Amino acid sequence: MYTQALDSADTAAPQGDADEGGRRERFQGRIDRDEKIEPKDWMPQEYRQTLIRQIAQHAHSEIVGMLPEGNWITRAPSLRRKVVLIAKVQDEGGHGMYLYSAAETLGVSRGALIEQLLAGRAKYSSIFNYPTLTWADIGAIGWLVDGAAIMNQIPLCRCSYGPYARAMVRICKEESFHQRQGYELMLTLARGSAAQRAMAQDALNRWWWPSLMMFGPSDAHSVHTAQSLRWKIKRFSNDELRQKFIDVTVPQAQYLGLTVPDPELRWDEPAQHYRAGPIAWSEFHAVLKGDGPCNRERLAARRAAHEAGRWVREAAAAYADKHGADAVAAPSG
Amino acid sequence: MNEDWVLYEVFLRSRSGLEHKHVGSLHAADARMAIEHARDTYTRRQEGVSIWVVRSSEIVAADPEEAEALFEPARDKIYRHPTFYTIPDEVKNL
Ligand SMILES: [Fe+2]
Ligand SMILES: [Fe+2]
Repeated sequence: MYTQALDSADTAAPQGDADEGGRRERFQGRIDRDEKIEPKDWMPQEYRQTLIRQIAQHAHSEIVGMLPEGNWITRAPSLRRKVVLIAKVQDEGGHGMYLYSAAETLGVSRGALIEQLLAGRAKYSSIFNYPTLTWADIGAIGWLVDGAAIMNQIPLCRCSYGPYARAMVRICKEESFHQRQGYELMLTLARGSAAQRAMAQDALNRWWWPSLMMFGPSDAHSVHTAQSLRWKIKRFSNDELRQKFIDVTVPQAQYLGLTVPDPELRWDEPAQHYRAGPIAWSEFHAVLKGDGPCNRERLAARRAAHEAGRWVREAAAAYADKHGADAVAAPSG
Repeated sequence: MNEDWVLYEVFLRSRSGLEHKHVGSLHAADARMAIEHARDTYTRRQEGVSIWVVRSSEIVAADPEEAEALFEPARDKIYRHPTFYTIPDEVKNL
C-alpha cells in the first residue's frame, strides 16, 4: 500500500477537469467490469471521500473495540481463556493497523485520522459503547459482535478498491477464530450451572439488539447505500445483511438453549426467514451521537493511552535521530 | 498533531523457497522498529519466515495512465507463446 507518494497527486487531483465526464464514465465502466481500482488510478472525489470515511470508521471501530474486551483480560477465569482473549484483542489492534494503512493509500495521513478520533469528531461502530458487565459478555461479543462483523466484512473482500479489499481478506481470515471462541465460551456457560446459564442469557439479552444495529440504519433511511452499491464499495444493503445474520444466529441461540430477547421473533415458512420485531432506532441514533452508556469512557481511555504513550514515541524518534533511521542492527552494549 | 513516523512497505517470504510478497504498510521511527512492527502486524500466524521493509517514498511506480504504452505492445506478440506453433501429434517430447 504505497502511500505517501500519493499525497501530492491527491491534492492536485483535477477538480473541474475538462474530461471529468469522460473519466467518470470510464471509471464506472471499470467498476462494472469488476476491475479493481488501485491507489494511483483516477477516481471521482466522492468515491475517494466515501472510502476514506468508511475505512477510517472501520479502523476506529477495531481500535475502540479493543476496550470492552480488554476490560476482562486480567479477570479471565483460566489461563486458556486469558491467552485466547489477549490474542483476539491483539488481532483487533492489527485490523485497525491494516485499515489505517488502506485509508492512507487514499491520501489522508494516519495522524489526521487518529486526531479526529481523539477529538471526538470521528464515528466508530455503535456497539463498542456498551459496557462488558460480566464474563459472559466476552462470549456474547465474540459470537454476536464478531459474527455480525464477519457478515458485514465478507462482501467487503470483493470491494472495488484494491487496498481495502485486500485488508478485508486478511481480516476475515482472522475473524473466524474470534467468533468460534466466543460461541465456545457461551456453550461452556450454557452447559454449566444455573447461575452460569443465567449469566449467558443476560449477556444475550443485552447484546442482541445492539448487534442487529451494527448493520446500520434500515435501507429506507440509509443515505449512502445506493451510490456505494453502484461503486461496488458495498455489495449488499444493510437490511439484507441484517436478515442473513438473524437467519444464521437464531438457530445458534437455540442450540445453546438460550432465548433471543425478541417476543415478536417468528419463523416465516414460505419465505424461509426469521422475522424480527422492530428495532429501537432512537437508541441507535443516541449512541451514535455520543449518548451511549460508554461513549465518554471509550474516548477518555483512547486519549489517556495516546498521552501515556507520548514519551515512548518521543524516545523512539530521538533514538532514530541519533542512530540514523536506517540502522537495522541494535547497538551492542 | 504529531508528525507521523516514516511509512514503510512490508514484504514477506511466506516459506523458504518462495519470493517476498508485498503485504501492506506501517509506520515506524526507524528500520529496526519497522521490522518489529511488521512481525507483530503481519506475522501473528506464521505468515512469514523473512521480512523486508522499505521506505514507501523509495518506491518508484509506473503511472497507470501509461499502462497502454507500457503493456499494450506485448499483446499481439502471441508468437512468444509455445501454443502459437503447430506440431504434428506424432512428434513426441516437444
Ligand atoms: Fe476485527
Ligand atoms: Fe474480531
